[in-house]
Amino acid sequence: MIGNRIRQHPILPVAERSQITFYWNNQPLQAEKGEMIATALFANGIKVFGHHHKDGSALGIFCANGQCAKCTVIANGKPVKSCMTPLKENMIVESVEGLPILPEADNEPKMHDIEEIATDVLIIGGGPAGLSAGLQLAKYGISAILVDDKNELGGKLVLQTHKFFGSVVDSYAGTRGIDIGKLLSEEISQTKEIETWTNSTAIYVFHDQKVGILKDGEYKIVQPKLVLNTAGAREKFLRFAGNTLGGIYGAGAFQTLVNRDLVRPTQRLFIIGGGNVGLIAGYHALQAGIEVVGLVEAMPQCGGYKVHADKLQRLGVPIYTSHTIISAGGDEVVKSITIAEITDKFEVIKGTEKSFACDTILIAVGLEPVSEFTQAAERAGLTVFSAGDASEIAEASSAMFNGKILGVKVARFLGADAPEIPQAWYEKATILKSHPGEVLDPVYTDAHEGVMPIVHCRQEIPCNPCSTICPTNSIHLYGDPIMGLPYFDGKCVGCGECVRICPGLAITIVDYRENNSHPLVTIPYEVGNIPVEVGTKVPAVDIKGDLLGMMEVAKVLKKHKTKTQLIKLKVPHDLARKVAGIRIQDEAVSAPLPEVILSKKLDDDAMVCLCERVTAGEIRKLIRQGITDLNQIKAITRAGMGPCGAKTCDSLIRQLMRQEGISADKIIANTKRPAFVEVPLGIYAGAEGGDDE
Amino acid sequence: MNKVYDVIVIGAGSVGLPAAKSLADSGLKVAVIDNQASPGQKNAKKAIGGIRATHSDYGKIKISQRSIEIFSQMEKDYGFDIGWMSNGYSFPAYNKKDEKMLKDLMNIQHSFGLNIKWISPREYNKLVPGINMEGLLGSTYSPDDGSASPLLAANAYYFICKKLGVDFYFDETVTGINLKNGEITTDIGKYTVNYVINAAGNQAAEIGKMVGLELPVKPDCHEAAITEPVQRFFEPMVVDMRPAKGSKNYYFYQNNEGQVVFCITPDPPILGTCSESTSVYFPQVAQRMVKLYPRLANLKIRRSWRGQYPMTPDGFPIVGFPEGMKNYFNLVGMCGQGFMLGPGLGELTTRCITDNKREDDDRILASFVLKRDFSGLEAFK
Repeated sequence: MIGNRIRQHPILPVAERSQITFYWNNQPLQAEKGEMIATALFANGIKVFGHHHKDGSALGIFCANGQCAKCTVIANGKPVKSCMTPLKENMIVESVEGLPILPEADNEPKMHDIEEIATDVLIIGGGPAGLSAGLQLAKYGISAILVDDKNELGGKLVLQTHKFFGSVVDSYAGTRGIDIGKLLSEEISQTKEIETWTNSTAIYVFHDQKVGILKDGEYKIVQPKLVLNTAGAREKFLRFAGNTLGGIYGAGAFQTLVNRDLVRPTQRLFIIGGGNVGLIAGYHALQAGIEVVGLVEAMPQCGGYKVHADKLQRLGVPIYTSHTIISAGGDEVVKSITIAEITDKFEVIKGTEKSFACDTILIAVGLEPVSEFTQAAERAGLTVFSAGDASEIAEASSAMFNGKILGVKVARFLGADAPEIPQAWYEKATILKSHPGEVLDPVYTDAHEGVMPIVHCRQEIPCNPCSTICPTNSIHLYGDPIMGLPYFDGKCVGCGECVRICPGLAITIVDYRENNSHPLVTIPYEVGNIPVEVGTKVPAVDIKGDLLGMMEVAKVLKKHKTKTQLIKLKVPHDLARKVAGIRIQDEAVSAPLPEVILSKKLDDDAMVCLCERVTAGEIRKLIRQGITDLNQIKAITRAGMGPCGAKTCDSLIRQLMRQEGISADKIIANTKRPAFVEVPLGIYAGAEGGDDE
Repeated sequence: MNKVYDVIVIGAGSVGLPAAKSLADSGLKVAVIDNQASPGQKNAKKAIGGIRATHSDYGKIKISQRSIEIFSQMEKDYGFDIGWMSNGYSFPAYNKKDEKMLKDLMNIQHSFGLNIKWISPREYNKLVPGINMEGLLGSTYSPDDGSASPLLAANAYYFICKKLGVDFYFDETVTGINLKNGEITTDIGKYTVNYVINAAGNQAAEIGKMVGLELPVKPDCHEAAITEPVQRFFEPMVVDMRPAKGSKNYYFYQNNEGQVVFCITPDPPILGTCSESTSVYFPQVAQRMVKLYPRLANLKIRRSWRGQYPMTPDGFPIVGFPEGMKNYFNLVGMCGQGFMLGPGLGELTTRCITDNKREDDDRILASFVLKRDFSGLEAFK
């Protein structure tokens, strides 16, 4: 068993931080200074933070994003969201068992009036779209306040250890998300026009065209001329028996713990959903030394990029397409998962069930835009634009480019002397958000001498770093300069730059020059947490992860600033052009349990509203009585009345309705109301000295 | 062909629903028409759920007493848990004027047999531990008053009505009423009825116009909110009557889920029916509540909303057959008290329509008659 702290990471720097002591249910524990309470608890192996007051089920991390309240703990007497509350020295943290007790307070606090601040533009969300838009606004002299709810700008970029796709010129393709995040935030901090507010959550766009912001624990009211909603997306949840167990949460929460906080929240992980989010999460898990037992995808093919799926499979993670999760097993936290094959009509094929031991299940079944700020601003008659996932779900590269376009557009809208947006930008924007194309069969050329790159990339995706970096300009794209498939035509010097930069790790170099019968194959390697030694034999695999045989490691190149290591394998002549990687995860990790664990729970027991504990059965019963107004379902069952504000159950209820044959136009949407997150009365009141310090 | 009913209730809100239920109980064929998609979607669900009989007037007291009986028996009689709690009401006084007014009013309330008493600041601090004691002169306390969930109550009535055979026409707007031939026209169809009941809340005056009546009902806006749930820490509804800059009274209680629900009356009134929230509300109500009850400072607000009080000039509803009209009945102008008056008024309506009035019904109706001068004022609305 390995520890809960990640002490070594192939991509991320691991900083030494000072230790502090805190108390969990009276027990003294160590934590790192500056980390969130939830992080410290996970680092100490504590995953259950309390029990729900309605049914006693385990509560813990869920969104790790301040959006729900399932991670609530009592810190120094007050109920707080542990994922958003920094731990302090000697803090007394207690689990929430049932309803919390409101602390006593006898003295009237000093209160001040809430400050109102006018600005030209308010940008909600400092991720790729918001930062890119802000940079353009600054360029044309428009002032703005940019708010972000995290303590660091960059949005989800700060969680992305992989190299980005897209276009090198327009969206930093080939650079890792974390590094792009840093670049953009540094650029923003150097502008005088953009005032950035971190730790600042937008609460609501009110009807008087003012926006409430919770800034570093203080409430402010911003009065903008215009709002840019770049607040990103939220993850969808899934309905299945056992979905309320501890250890079931979104891929975003997982990436936060692993890549931001360097905490290993699980030993054995199973992933639901083969979109890019799920695939990347699996890769991140392997880099963090976590066993990835498997990944299921309901469709016959993963929705994410093929190169992402291939990366996982090469490292030894099985991907079960046309499969779904049947149930999660365990008493309080997840101990097992049962999956099964499904037909093209999503019906479970009896007899295909398999169970696996795991301690965490990641739900990565899609995102939906955080569009409520846009809707509220529209209702208030306040000019609003949106970009990035808040407008349309796509890759971060697309968010950056669309943010840039929006920045120029808004600058022009506000009368700045900005140029007209070239038509080509719009075309590029469309390309960057395009879905991956169909998968083509690999084509291996006949050449068997000299040195050349082998491009294993066989699915059109918006990506071009290989063609940009080749020093002899010998890698070209068929057709479109971003979407087209790359091919080699020209002279290769064997420098390895294309192998290093390819975000999909889908290029190798075959060098016949020294030994034609056993050429050297250069492969990219990003799981340096599992070291590879010269002279040993390793299981070499083809692009999809099928085993080609044990091959000798001839050379391990020193770590490069890109952090993608290059490894040279000695490969028999006829396999050289097929070798694409090394399997690192033992097959035993993914072995199913000897017996299938069939849950006693039914689909009707699956939880739809986790906050208020409303099951699929309760809601289905109402739908069958003809109720199609989500507001009425909420009124009767409380589904959607919890702390997350229907952010989780809304789409699950709609899905149930569709399954019951209700057409989309019959479904009446939930009324959206303030506030975006829960805020204490004292903060709205401008109470001073509310904190312990 | 027209659909035929004995009675059509216009409005499936906190007043229309119990009226429909009670009418159906009496054996009449009843339908409810509402322009919303489901029951209780306008002001009914905006109410915070307080139910008191401790008013200043005979009619309201009698009606609310009956409502309390009905609400408190709902689970026993019909199997619907509507979250009823007998947690009481309190009006703390922080100045002599309010103290005197409350005590004078108590004399009237006692004369009607209401259970309300004056308690000392110390006793009040036991009921509402941690309430600001500075300047507190004491409080009224009426333990028989209570609260329930307006959302659950509306749906309980809806399901009971369905069982009784009441037909509901949602997403349908009444466009015309012809009392001569008993015809109601909507944007979707036509109905023939013996009786029309106007329980249209915000739209009461519009419906009134269709039968040639000028109903002095004008909605004004109030904002409310609900917090996260915590363990029960205080008992009664707390009504702070004092005016402050930008607002008049506000009130709050902890519901049966452990959540604190509260509502404030803006000053000057915000007229109209816009239900969108403004940035004024949170700081305004939070400052007043934290000042009165510092313990609330750490309690998180979960959600807020805005609804309307369909106001009459004197704060009393308009209920009954208008003079000279036999097949049209007013059930309007609830002034923000539709939830607590609804069940009692529903039964009164049925007694009027089925000609089964009780001895004291005319005395009750006298408070709510349309033909009045509206110059009086409810002691506290």
